[in-house]
Amino acid sequence: METPDPVPGALSLAALAGSPRRVRRERLISRVMFCAALVSVVVSALIIYALFSEAWIFMRDVDWSSTWGELGWFPRRGIYDMPTLLVASLWTTLIAMIVAAPLGMGAAIYLSEYARPTHRAILKPILEILAGIPSVVLGFFALLWLAPNVVAHIGGEGGRGSMLTAGIGVGILTVPLVASISEDAMAAVPKSLREASAGLGARNAVTTLRVVLPAAVSGLVASLIVAVSRALGETMVVFMAGGAADAVIRTYSPYDGSLTMPSAMASLASGTDQVVGEGLTFQSLFFVGLVLFLLTLGLNLIGDRFVTRVREQY
Amino acid sequence: MTLATIGTVARRGATGFERKRTDVAGGLFKALILSALVVSLLVLAVLLIDTVADAWSQLSTRAWDFLNGSLRSRSIDDKLGVKQGLYGSFWIGVFVALTAFPIGVGAAIYLEEYAAKSRLAALIELVIRNLAGVPSVVYGLLGLFLFVERSTVFGFVGLGWLADATGGRSVLSAGLTLAVLVLPIVIITAQEAVRSVPSGLKEGAYGLGATKSEMVWTQILPYAAPGILTGTLLAMSRAIGEAAPLILVGAITGGLTRNPELWDASGLREKFTALPIIIVEWVSERGRDPGFAEAAAAAIVVLLVLVLLLNMTAILLRNRFERKRG
Repeated sequence: METPDPVPGALSLAALAGSPRRVRRERLISRVMFCAALVSVVVSALIIYALFSEAWIFMRDVDWSSTWGELGWFPRRGIYDMPTLLVASLWTTLIAMIVAAPLGMGAAIYLSEYARPTHRAILKPILEILAGIPSVVLGFFALLWLAPNVVAHIGGEGGRGSMLTAGIGVGILTVPLVASISEDAMAAVPKSLREASAGLGARNAVTTLRVVLPAAVSGLVASLIVAVSRALGETMVVFMAGGAADAVIRTYSPYDGSLTMPSAMASLASGTDQVVGEGLTFQSLFFVGLVLFLLTLGLNLIGDRFVTRVREQY
Repeated sequence: MTLATIGTVARRGATGFERKRTDVAGGLFKALILSALVVSLLVLAVLLIDTVADAWSQLSTRAWDFLNGSLRSRSIDDKLGVKQGLYGSFWIGVFVALTAFPIGVGAAIYLEEYAAKSRLAALIELVIRNLAGVPSVVYGLLGLFLFVERSTVFGFVGLGWLADATGGRSVLSAGLTLAVLVLPIVIITAQEAVRSVPSGLKEGAYGLGATKSEMVWTQILPYAAPGILTGTLLAMSRAIGEAAPLILVGAITGGLTRNPELWDASGLREKFTALPIIIVEWVSERGRDPGFAEAAAAAIVVLLVLVLLLNMTAILLRNRFERKRG
């Protein structure tokens, strides 16, 4: 169909469409923006590809009996005992949560329910500073201060690192994370619930414990799940204060030094000789990385589910 | 009205009818949670004080030499210092700003303005949220795969040119790896900033005949700039403090012969180190030479000054604009 000649002076479709040069420029800009947004998708795809492709070589070629029921983790000699790393990861994460859960949640409850706005305005940025401290600093602190001054008094050795020392260090690192997610969850609880509770004569503590916390429980659970995921993936604190070099015999005692999944990866890649050793040493990095990636991804997805539940509820 | 004030009002109302009782359990509970906060803050204080005390012997006598010196085998060497680490960390920050910032802001604007509420945007956002939770060592593996090894994807897409361009184990590879690592942070904070732009501003621009990109350029970017800047500063501070990905990408401390000036870009494709890596190395050498524990503490003070300056600027910037806009 041919477009009819426009009446002079009236608006035509062509006039409304704007100048073609402008339209072309708009289209180009929107494509550039799209490409920028696509970068993250490409990055995710590459992470997954890199992990799977190298881990696949490991899984295909490795002697599977060397990954289970061995003496320990000796990657440069072809012995990849996964339970060694898993036990260490579990211990450090568990200890980290024992430290971070009460401290983080307690701080969050105080800031959200008790602190005056003026105090809050000072205290919150300080907690955010704690969140910004690099993990190497926590590693140094754990090894050189926590070990002799805290761990030595609860049955450990002060002179060297251990899973207990590293766990406490990782716990301190995750306190701000637990606090901030928990606080967000409690802030999402409507004020009317608190007012209703107070109106019925409940004291502050009762309102907090019986009304606010149950209402925010999904968010509190989410904060723990995300913190567990963060603790599992924490590298430097365990690398520095975990009390083990690049190889370690399997141990079940938190007072011993050991290697978690990420710290085993870091120790394998560090040093002047980089990643050398038995044929599959390089690929073993990616295999451990894949296990870690899948574990943390699963935890994050579950945590995310809990966070959205709080948001939908109110 | 906070819970505290609501409670006070309610109690005041009640005391008219009954004798006032002290709330022992409630007070205990409050003391308990307050102590959680106090312990957290005390840990921060002890950490800072202990580190500065350890660092004092180096910083009080030879702070300038320490900033300009290079890696040495003995801690009492008067040429010992962190210049090479500063060089690596400085350029890592530069690369993060140069790459993560434009890509992150572009992505945020696309998600909020061009594809808002579409399925595709929801999918991309899901991907970004999950990327933000990936452990940093895994990003190190990605950097190793992309920028250091001469990898191929699906057997035919060669990535050797990337490794050639970055020079393998180099500052350039490290900077790009960390830019990828902080990209989700930049995007998420920029998205929040873009979302906060009042729709009246956008509609006003459209009403005056602006196209979408003109509206973004004249309204959204100026209004969202402080928020976007806050996110980028936080991302840079995170990148400067990261060590795990650098270890995977191949940062070293032995065999570094050069000690280039900060702005000397000729060393970007060569072997490198960074402040966090120097700290790890010196901590591990304290058994051989106890003086290195103090040197490590001094390097930590240098790193903390950089990281906290970036962080505090970001927090102050955010608070200031939040207050201004109410």
